Amino acid sequence: MRSFLALAALGVLGAVLVVAVTGLEPFGHYPGPYGDVLAKVVPDERHTGQLVAATVFDYRAFDTLGEEMILFAAVCGCAALLRVLRSEHEEGEGAPARPVPSFAARAMGAALVGPVMVLGAYVVVHGHLTPGGGFSGGVVVAGALLLAYAGGQGLRLRRVGSITLLEGTEALGAAGFLALALAGLIAAGTLLKNFLALGTSGMLLSAGTIPVGNVAVGLEVAGAVALVFAEFLEQALLEDPE
Amino acid sequence: MTFLQATCLVVVALLGTLVVFTRDPLRQAAVTGIFGLGLAALFLAVQAPDVALSQIAIGAIVVPVLVLLAMAKIREHDE
Amino acid sequence: MSLLAYLVAVWLFVVGIYGVVTSRHLVHLVMCLSVAQASTYVLLLGIGYRKGGQAPIFGDIPTSTPVVDPVVQALALTDVVVGATVSALLLALAVQAHKRFGSVDPDELNALRG
Repeated sequence: MRSFLALAALGVLGAVLVVAVTGLEPFGHYPGPYGDVLAKVVPDERHTGQLVAATVFDYRAFDTLGEEMILFAAVCGCAALLRVLRSEHEEGEGAPARPVPSFAARAMGAALVGPVMVLGAYVVVHGHLTPGGGFSGGVVVAGALLLAYAGGQGLRLRRVGSITLLEGTEALGAAGFLALALAGLIAAGTLLKNFLALGTSGMLLSAGTIPVGNVAVGLEVAGAVALVFAEFLEQALLEDPE
Repeated sequence: MTFLQATCLVVVALLGTLVVFTRDPLRQAAVTGIFGLGLAALFLAVQAPDVALSQIAIGAIVVPVLVLLAMAKIREHDE
Repeated sequence: MSLLAYLVAVWLFVVGIYGVVTSRHLVHLVMCLSVAQASTYVLLLGIGYRKGGQAPIFGDIPTSTPVVDPVVQALALTDVVVGATVSALLLALAVQAHKRFGSVDPDELNALRG
């Protein structure tokens, strides 16, 4: 019954959406002015060729601030939901009945954690020169932590120190982005204004606050995703007392 | 629209349908990973490398792992 | 043919919502929601595409080449990461609900039952 109602309602919705979509410009005929304005203006004004990074961290940095806060709130909610259960399972460090990964998995995990972290840091720091930036690079750095788990080192996450470090990283990233916004207000009179020296296009230290914003977002995203991993892993590794 | 873009769009539509109609969450996690990679290919075909990078990292690493961990926790309680 | 991108976005949205409505497992529901979210990325990037346009990064191409729209890419980029984090929150809710009610079937999660 519910399936039939859902199909009927979604059929109507789908028809309405299809009619709405025929009013858009045909695929490939981009009409809007903003893309062209940005393409013309950004290389001179911000000394960078990465238009997407300039949009995310400069022209539309206010949206990124909002997204940062959504990320932070979602991870806070996740940690709160999964942490309430932790006090119920405060038992000793008994060995869980998990199969030990094979030597190949452990070797590859150990060998790859360092290079993947360096790759993630590279993607974050070069966000104003190449595709990538804080969001993608942050997830890659968090993926290195997952490699450590897949390589059999996951039990080390049970130490509270690791969770605190991840929380600290995430908070540092979020606070860093906010500090950048306020620094723009203090130094140049407008929130999130790009007030640092613009440098030469193509150099690592160019485009003002865009690389700084990239690093702040990279820290936060890496901390957030790694914290979510750690919370879930902690839950999955704990044994049921019954 | 190039042939590559049309193919990627059709593949993404098919994979999306598959994700919804795979009822077992463990299998669905694997199909979601493939759906994420298909989306990343589509994003590359429409000249969006930043979005494709994020989608590869998220859709093939983060989402399947989180689903598997959640299922591990849920299954452990069922036993 | 020129509407294929938008039609695929509409189809993904409708299929995702159908999955959410008729789901019998909270984790299955979260993944169907992610399919519905993916439809917005496809729509956004479809709107911003320019025929013959290059990726909007002037690393080694001259600054006068036509590029696709960077604004929608900026929107989709942040959206992908934040959407996955919200999915993580929903999965944590599912785990907690299973602990509390013993079931992950949305029909049986009726806390107001007398």
